[in-house]
Amino acid sequence: MRALKTGKRWFVSALVEIRDVNFSYDQRPILNGINMSFGKGKVIAVMGGSGCGKTTLLRLIGGALKPTRGEIKIDGRVIHELDDRGLYEMRRKMGVLFQFGALFTDMSVFDNVAFQMREHTDLPEEIIRDLVMLKLHAVGLRGTHRLMPAELSGGMARRVALARTVALDPMLILYDEPFAGLDPISLSVVGQLIRKLNDALGATSVVVTHDVQESLKIVDYVYFIADGVIVAEGTPDEIRASDKPFVHQFVHGEMDGPIPFHYPGATSYEQDLKVSA
Amino acid sequence: MPLAKSLRSVGHRTVDIVWRIGLASRFLFLTLLQSGMSFRRFNLVVKELFASGVMSLIIIGVAGMFVGMVLGLQGFETLKRYGSESALGSLVALSLVRELGPVLAALLFASRAGSAMTAEIGLMKATEQIAAMEMMAVSPIARVVAPRFWAGVISMPLLAAIFSAMGVFGGYMVGVVLIGVDEGSFWSQMQATVDFQNDILNGVIKSFVFGFAVTVIALFEGFDAPPTAEGVSGATTRTVVQSSLAILMLDVILTAFMFRGA
Repeated sequence: MRALKTGKRWFVSALVEIRDVNFSYDQRPILNGINMSFGKGKVIAVMGGSGCGKTTLLRLIGGALKPTRGEIKIDGRVIHELDDRGLYEMRRKMGVLFQFGALFTDMSVFDNVAFQMREHTDLPEEIIRDLVMLKLHAVGLRGTHRLMPAELSGGMARRVALARTVALDPMLILYDEPFAGLDPISLSVVGQLIRKLNDALGATSVVVTHDVQESLKIVDYVYFIADGVIVAEGTPDEIRASDKPFVHQFVHGEMDGPIPFHYPGATSYEQDLKVSA
Repeated sequence: MPLAKSLRSVGHRTVDIVWRIGLASRFLFLTLLQSGMSFRRFNLVVKELFASGVMSLIIIGVAGMFVGMVLGLQGFETLKRYGSESALGSLVALSLVRELGPVLAALLFASRAGSAMTAEIGLMKATEQIAAMEMMAVSPIARVVAPRFWAGVISMPLLAAIFSAMGVFGGYMVGVVLIGVDEGSFWSQMQATVDFQNDILNGVIKSFVFGFAVTVIALFEGFDAPPTAEGVSGATTRTVVQSSLAILMLDVILTAFMFRGA
């Protein structure tokens, strides 16, 4: 196992290595010179304000987008150099939890969780049934298997989606805003589940979020992105103690700081209101 | 320069249309290429046959009967002037199997099943279900699009046949039961004039082509819809408008080839 240095820390080995990645969309730069390394068995948070390029990063890792420069290696293979077959093979080892769960609305909870097992394996239906029940049990929703997604609350739907994400025991789990729109109880339940499932499966999890307090409780390492570059990184304790103005503003949710409250406009306030300065 | 501006907008639109036709052709090609799963796991197609075919049965049956009844009434009125009411059976049957069955059934299919397909796939895209499937290493074209395509292509000729059958029944009810045209001549005239190859088979070919066109348009519009509320509603409207126009245009072309001078 190769040792790899990221920031000040040494991981035994990295499952995901992001080297000098740039990405622009229609010549609008989104990410600029991103270097990251996600160690095996770790839960990593990628934080930043809305529109800072977090979700783009997740799509790059999932192979849905190609970086304009640099490379992303997963388990030793460069993801954007894979052909369709290689990419699909790699994706079988990944799980992605989408922002609002993205459950298939025409299938029951059971069929949603069973979806990948039926598509990718030849397991007999009895074994699939047991596996689905185990996964649903892990997220505390064993009794819901007959319900349709429309009959679930937001928090429950997110947990079912989580069960579906880990259906084939992925080695890498990507979470896109897993806490968005959840009540405090569901929020903490989902947070705990992310940690527990990661440790139980021996997987590596990447949580893209702007929910600071919840994610600092469960993750091992944090990257902060602003305007497409990494502005800070460290363990949750380091982040909490950080005196960098950006991190401080973000962690404590302050209005004033490096991130301005006002959208930068071309005209001044005085001009807009037609008052003399 | 208003002239330059309008020229530019015409150019833009033309390029846009050509683009979309290209995209749709590529989409169709991919759908055909990835149809293997639909035949290996035919229950996927059966499920869609139920959604688009069986669920359209009532509207197709009822509409077919009404159209047949109107044909019976109008046909009787016209034929009476020439003293040939006994030809009512062949008029009703020929109008239905050659034209009205395939065309009207396809128009109804476009607005009933085509719009549903577009809206469903558009919403699946808007709620990231398509992206989720892709990330689960399952091709949405093979799993979602192809079964719906084959279901549409299979169910359309069957629906057109049911439309025509119900229409003939409606014409019989009005012509024979209500107005009193001779029952024997109604059926025997029909038997004598409706040719299997020229009339029925050509009608089946028409409805097959219409089904193909409607399903491709509906699926492409859904798959291509911007993932927003306006995007999906716009795509649904486009599906109905474009497939209706496509049906009528294809009908002209097909009819010109099938029935010239016959």
